[in-house]
Amino acid sequence: MAALHSDSEEDLVSYGTGLEPLEEGERPKKPIPLQDQTVRDEKGRYKRFHGAFSGGFSAGYFNTVGSKEGWTPSTFVSSRQNRADKSVLGPEDFMDEEDLSEFGIAPKAIVTTDDFASKTKDRIREKARQLAAATAPIPGATLLDDFITPAKLSIGFELLRKMGWKEGQGIGPRTKRRAQRQKPDPGVKIYGCALPPGGSEGSEDEDDDYLPDNVTFAPKDVTPVDFTPKTNTHGLEYKGLDPHRALFGTSAEHLNLFSGGSEGASDLLGDVGLNRGRKLGISGQAFGVGALEEEDDDIYATEILSKYDTVLKDEEPGDGLYGWTAPREYKSQKESKNDLRYIGKILDGFSLASKPLSSKKIYPPPELPRDYRPVHYFRPVVAATSENSHLLRALAESTTKAVPDPAMHSRHQLNASKRGELLGETPVQGSATSVLEFLSQKDRERIKEMKQATDLKAAQLQARSLAQNAASSRARPSMPDPGHGSWRTALAGGTATARPSTFKPFAKDPEKQKRYEEFLVQMKKGQKDALERCLDPGMTEWERGREREEFSRAAQLYMSSHSTLSSRFTHAKEEDDSDQVEVPRDQENDVSDKQSAVKMKMFGKLTRDTFEWHPSKLLCKRFNVPDPYPGSTLVGLPRVKRDKYSVFNFLTLPETEPTVQASSEKVPQPRSLDKSRKPSRWDTSPHEKKEDSISEFLSLTRSKVGPPKQESSPSVKQGEEHAPGSLSEKAADKGVTSQAEGEGSRPPMDLFKAIFASSSESSSSEEEGDSEDEQAGPEQASCTGSQGSASAETSSVAHAPESAPPEPIPAPAFPIQKMQLDEREEFGPRLPPVFCPNARQKPETPQKEKYKKSKEKHKPKKEHKRKKDKKKKHRKHKHKSKQKNKKSEKSSSPESTDSSDSQGGGEGTTDLSPQELLRR
Amino acid sequence: MAFPEPKPRAPELPQKLLKTLDCGQGAVRAVRFNVDGNYCLTCGSDKTLKLWNPLRGTLLRTYSGHGYEVLDAAGSFDNSSLCSGGGDKAVVLWDVASGQVVRKFRGHAGKVNTVQFNEEATVILSGSIDSSIRCWDCRSRRPEPVQTLDEARDGVSSVKVSDHEVLSGSVDGRVRRYDLRMGQLFSDYVGSPITCTCFSRDGQCTLVSSLDSTLRLLDKDTGELLGEYTGHKNQEYKLDCSLSERDTHVVSCSEDGKVFFWDLVEGSLALALPVGHGVVQSLAFHPNEPCLLTAMGGSVQCWREEAYEAEGAAG
Repeated sequence: MAALHSDSEEDLVSYGTGLEPLEEGERPKKPIPLQDQTVRDEKGRYKRFHGAFSGGFSAGYFNTVGSKEGWTPSTFVSSRQNRADKSVLGPEDFMDEEDLSEFGIAPKAIVTTDDFASKTKDRIREKARQLAAATAPIPGATLLDDFITPAKLSIGFELLRKMGWKEGQGIGPRTKRRAQRQKPDPGVKIYGCALPPGGSEGSEDEDDDYLPDNVTFAPKDVTPVDFTPKTNTHGLEYKGLDPHRALFGTSAEHLNLFSGGSEGASDLLGDVGLNRGRKLGISGQAFGVGALEEEDDDIYATEILSKYDTVLKDEEPGDGLYGWTAPREYKSQKESKNDLRYIGKILDGFSLASKPLSSKKIYPPPELPRDYRPVHYFRPVVAATSENSHLLRALAESTTKAVPDPAMHSRHQLNASKRGELLGETPVQGSATSVLEFLSQKDRERIKEMKQATDLKAAQLQARSLAQNAASSRARPSMPDPGHGSWRTALAGGTATARPSTFKPFAKDPEKQKRYEEFLVQMKKGQKDALERCLDPGMTEWERGREREEFSRAAQLYMSSHSTLSSRFTHAKEEDDSDQVEVPRDQENDVSDKQSAVKMKMFGKLTRDTFEWHPSKLLCKRFNVPDPYPGSTLVGLPRVKRDKYSVFNFLTLPETEPTVQASSEKVPQPRSLDKSRKPSRWDTSPHEKKEDSISEFLSLTRSKVGPPKQESSPSVKQGEEHAPGSLSEKAADKGVTSQAEGEGSRPPMDLFKAIFASSSESSSSEEEGDSEDEQAGPEQASCTGSQGSASAETSSVAHAPESAPPEPIPAPAFPIQKMQLDEREEFGPRLPPVFCPNARQKPETPQKEKYKKSKEKHKPKKEHKRKKDKKKKHRKHKHKSKQKNKKSEKSSSPESTDSSDSQGGGEGTTDLSPQELLRR
Repeated sequence: MAFPEPKPRAPELPQKLLKTLDCGQGAVRAVRFNVDGNYCLTCGSDKTLKLWNPLRGTLLRTYSGHGYEVLDAAGSFDNSSLCSGGGDKAVVLWDVASGQVVRKFRGHAGKVNTVQFNEEATVILSGSIDSSIRCWDCRSRRPEPVQTLDEARDGVSSVKVSDHEVLSGSVDGRVRRYDLRMGQLFSDYVGSPITCTCFSRDGQCTLVSSLDSTLRLLDKDTGELLGEYTGHKNQEYKLDCSLSERDTHVVSCSEDGKVFFWDLVEGSLALALPVGHGVVQSLAFHPNEPCLLTAMGGSVQCWREEAYEAEGAAG
């Protein structure tokens, strides 16, 4: 202790511990060496740090866990009087005394904690708190803290206050002028590190305009850096939506989500050069923005709900795109064209034009006359030779007409023969390309006459006079109008004698065609410069080049097509077998045998049919059965080709049969008849047993059905009425009769088709229809043809042959009768005689039955026909002479197509044509 | 010789009505046992197919998916799948457990009269009114049949399948047997529209019923007539016939509401079991027990022999 003078004791206040007075003669003490300067606690233990896991500064007794006596666990003592209390050990029980001291981890002394220390006046702290509040997940959570304000101020505050400091001021000497506020100026580029924030904001920012000179200012307060640890997972600088601004805030800065596009557009459109306050440089963000990049929007800061639309409005304030990202329409385009400017960067030295360019005036094309047809036809130039004098004449005639024959121009109206002509095919021998070729000159003349006749009556008269040639007129394929009649005949004659051998690709341009033909000729001669020679020297180089190309191409194309086509298409060597079907080789037939066998209960061999049957390979595999026919690819029953059994095949039969009866001239034409009839059909049904019974049945029903059926065929009657007088004078040839009969019975045929055409015989019916069309085509076409006048006339012609059958006996009625009878047999509502109709019987049943029936039918019919022949024998001698005539012609006609015309018997050839047609 | 030959038990005919199932699916077009005879299938006119335990009379599952009435059904050898055909021209392969349609074979042009699995349930054979039998492959996913047997000239009313044969009866009055092993087709003419055919259990004979109210037992190999059974009435409808479980009797439905039993060998009428007033539309004979199922109207009757004790009562 320092020595105290009594007098000065009252005056002096001494602090601290005085040094010991130096004694004389005594050396000053050596300072304590460093290693001895140890820190010891109050118990004399070294305060040494032992490491966190070995006790820290002190642990136990000299860094042991125990005490001086060692580690002794507390013993459990409990007696009746002295009950051991249940002690709940708290953390303090495991603490050292130092831990409980003032500086320990759990000080026992009562101090004012930070929470209750005065903060209200501490602006700096407050600022930090505000910052924390703003960043807090729940904004304004520190509000509560503000209400609880301990009265005590920290000593530092008090000291500072005593020194003249006022809250809100910075610490430091007062300055004369307020420091320039660090406001980033637009346009000023600031490089370098970011300035500390807060300098430009806060309560101190309210600056006065008036700054007197004699006033000094305290330095600015500094907001401490906020060291709030980041505990959330938000992005840096994330701020939650400000509820104040979001819900009640002004929507002045309405966030347009789609503003990007419109801004861009406006950029494009309008202010091109204006830099809208964008600043380059680093301005306050530490990273994420390069030095030369434009600053990103503070996406978090601008995120407030009020910036979004919450209702669908009528009109988008912006561009009206409603969120579509499609290119923006230029709305302002209409209002002022001048606003539309060059979009993009304008080069130096250029400026936008102030005046728009005057638009070009477009003149409308001249109006075409209403009846103008933009097609031009050149008449082919025909060299006047003896061969085509016909043609020339016809051309001359036709030029009087405004429209040339469309058949020349539309390929759809060409028939096969004409196409062949065009392609330069030689007419095929043996098959008539046109019925006209069978006509003699005389007949053609007559046809022409008839065509020119317009009056129905006159036509009828003519028909009467022409009745013997009627067949030829029936066979006309189409009815050209009178003006073209000669044209056509001329053409026909031309084709008969000479055919154009090449196709004319440039027929429209005769000059060109001529050049082309020349070129061809030269080519054939083998001249290399054929092209150059034949080209028009007056043409330009370009035209020449083009024509050269065309010619060579045409030569390739048409020459080769001529040859390739003719080589590709050949005539059928055998009969068209489209009317053949594959049928099982072995048929279960002989039902009658079996029926009787069944009746006699002779089951076994009599009732059994055994066929070879090929199961499919997969089926064998699935059945785990070895394939019985390992090599064969066949599946099912072996099949062979047979004639198709079509109802229509049988429908046509009566057409020929009546002819047998009507005029017994059948002998001369068995061949053609056979052709049309497909003889094999007769051979396929081998059972002859029922023939007699069926023919009997036929004759029976015939007598019954006959009279009413006759009435049902009015066309024949009509024909008779039409030309009653002609009956006697015409010895009608047989083919015509047959056709007439066929014609008379057409309607029922159509009826049958309507009924049965949908069934499986459709293909055959089609074929049948074809032949029928070819037969009846001329008449039907003419009847329903486009030319009204002609139709009347030709119908009369068509009727004329019908009137032709002159048989005195009621023969014409009989065939029809028979026909109807056959129909009945074939198609009447027939139920299987054997099979009672099952309740579950199918709709197919009658058809199938009919199918089978029809097979069985052949025999009876054949037999029937035979009988008829016998009946009519007696009439044969009458026509014998004619027969002979025809015979000779018929034998020759198939081979000689064109030349046969010259032979006198025109009837014969015309008669043949339908059969020829049928055959094809 | 020590033991005497066991005396063959006299065949018993199912004539005790054990159960009547009211199927509740319209008219029952067909009733079929499954392969072991524990369950049965009923084909209803309300487009459903139902699986029953006929002895207990419990409905196990209903299979719906047909577009029109179901006309025939069959179960596979392993009871895992069913097939059925109906008026919707479709042949349907069902999964028994899930009741789902596994495949639907379309191709017939008319309603499917009869369906049958082959022995290994790899092929479904369906006979249709379109006069064809189509063999549908259950293994592959081919939509078209493996083979079409279109030799029939009229609708196919019945198809039966053995391990290597397909027996079909057609309305054209022929019984056709396709022998896959021999690669031959045997066609026996019967004359009258065939309503039902079946193999005998020994595989030596075929039983044929036709619309002339006659059943004929034909030798399979030669086609000879072994027996003729008459007395019932079958002139209109497609009725089933069958052989009893040990080929001792011939069983047939009749349009007069009875089921007729004939002794196979003697041909004599053994029993005319009255079922009801309507037409017995279909029947099925248990594969190895004297148990008969008959379908009349909308219900199915289960018949057992007289000595039969109901399983439920026994235990």
